[in-house]
Amino acid sequence: MESMQEGVLTTGIPSQAELEASPGYPSAAALARGPIVVIECVQDIPCNPCELVCPNNAIHIGEPITNLPVFLADECDACSQCIPICPGQAIFRVDMTYAEEQAAVSFPYEFLPMPEAGNVVQAVNRAGEVLCDAEVLRVQQPRSFDLTAVITVAVPKNLAMEVRSMVRLPRPWSQGQRAGGL
Amino acid sequence: MHETEIAIVGAGPAGLAAAVEAAQAGAQVTLVDENARPGGQLFKQIHKFFGSKAHHAGTRGVQIGRNLLSEAEKAGVEIRLDTVVYGIYPDKRLGLACDSQSEDLKAASIILATGANERPLAFPGWTMPGVMGAGAIQTLINIHRTLPGRRVLMVGAGNVGLIVSYQLLQAGAEVVAIIDALPGIGGYGVHASKVRRAGVPILTGHTILAAKGDQAVERAVIAKVDSSGQPIPGMEQTLDVDIVGLAVGLSPLAELAWMAGCQFAHVPELGGWVPVHDEEMQTSLPGLYVAGDVTGIEEASIAMEQGRMAGLTAAQALGCLPSQEAEIKKIEVRQRLDALRVGSFGDARAIARQRILSLSVPQGIREG
Repeated sequence: MESMQEGVLTTGIPSQAELEASPGYPSAAALARGPIVVIECVQDIPCNPCELVCPNNAIHIGEPITNLPVFLADECDACSQCIPICPGQAIFRVDMTYAEEQAAVSFPYEFLPMPEAGNVVQAVNRAGEVLCDAEVLRVQQPRSFDLTAVITVAVPKNLAMEVRSMVRLPRPWSQGQRAGGL
Repeated sequence: MHETEIAIVGAGPAGLAAAVEAAQAGAQVTLVDENARPGGQLFKQIHKFFGSKAHHAGTRGVQIGRNLLSEAEKAGVEIRLDTVVYGIYPDKRLGLACDSQSEDLKAASIILATGANERPLAFPGWTMPGVMGAGAIQTLINIHRTLPGRRVLMVGAGNVGLIVSYQLLQAGAEVVAIIDALPGIGGYGVHASKVRRAGVPILTGHTILAAKGDQAVERAVIAKVDSSGQPIPGMEQTLDVDIVGLAVGLSPLAELAWMAGCQFAHVPELGGWVPVHDEEMQTSLPGLYVAGDVTGIEEASIAMEQGRMAGLTAAQALGCLPSQEAEIKKIEVRQRLDALRVGSFGDARAIARQRILSLSVPQGIREG
């Protein structure tokens, strides 16, 4: 069903080439050192809240604000404040050092009901396809996140750069089913 | 007949921002809107906005609207709701209709911030209940908290179609697919990525052939199109949906500017016929200003800046603002506008804007 062409403006999914060309996408070596954010911003849209919110000056956009964010992985302490403020929900957090076999992946999430720590959810990739079951490690939603929660799940390490969200939980008050497929 | 210094038509982002600037400068401002609540489309924008800190980026549209409204109230703007402006007369007089009564409002300056309306799309079944504009869906789910249906086909993968689809998911509906006749996604990639992660397919190069059902929409037939946009026989599929959302563009709502006799220009990149205006948002008629989508379709952050520009200019013309202060503020507005019109999404609009400005006669010549 997908078009033969790749890329965010054809499929809505940034291609691997687009991600790796983005100055916000960290190297494998930086990821191996510990938890950092992963910025999947591949288009020159006018936007810079991530730069301003970062307390460590790890994200640089400058002028014009259509510049792609340049991410300095060594400055990032994975505080994650940039995740909920990104209007594009294009920032994630990956901790490849979480456990022997598993990595921790954090993503922005704005659907009710919210999962709770300890729940097992279905982790999905950028196309919304289920990749694995994942235990929810944390659900952060302080007031400063302005209703965008940051969910952290544990996934097998080989899926850490693929898992980017989760299947929405059933709404107990409605019969809604998961969207997807034709 | 009532009198005011600055009358503003439309209390959306452009009208509110214009009212704030003009009233803060000390002008007497009357803001008129036909709706029961101020805010235009801003209060249903529950997503976080793009831009810089100066544009309140990272803040939800509804909160930006609340802040603007409270600034307007604090500045002493008179806001008249449930009031339709049905006419505009040469002596800067507006015809108002409210509670089945009519009255005139005379102003020294008028700012038209009337916004835009959604374009329809005609296909067999398009008049059936269940076919509606994406903006109407957004009003139902985010203002009235009512789901119009359970399974939605969204037609149009621009920012409106993508954002409303995401908000439909938040409201608990299923979005079966987003289709667009163009070969690519017109909206921001990040908006597309959000709905893709949530499992919604985006079918570019697809069009709707028909909506079908007994009393209301029960199914939609879509088809792949060829490079000239024609449906390819044998490439049809039928989707079980009860809502077909149309997000196929907006047209500037410029009737009052036509009625007033403003010079117009046809600018396809900005949605069609728009009143010609100068950099300070003055139309070809002295004392008549425009701001927001009526000047060409862009987005709320730009509408607010245009409103600020119109409000500042109108207040300056009335003598409320020392010209040095006004010029400094206008330079700041211009810089904020320029910042929003760069990059691959903004360049075409920036060029189209230059074309409109080139049509505007400099004020000295016009007045001479």
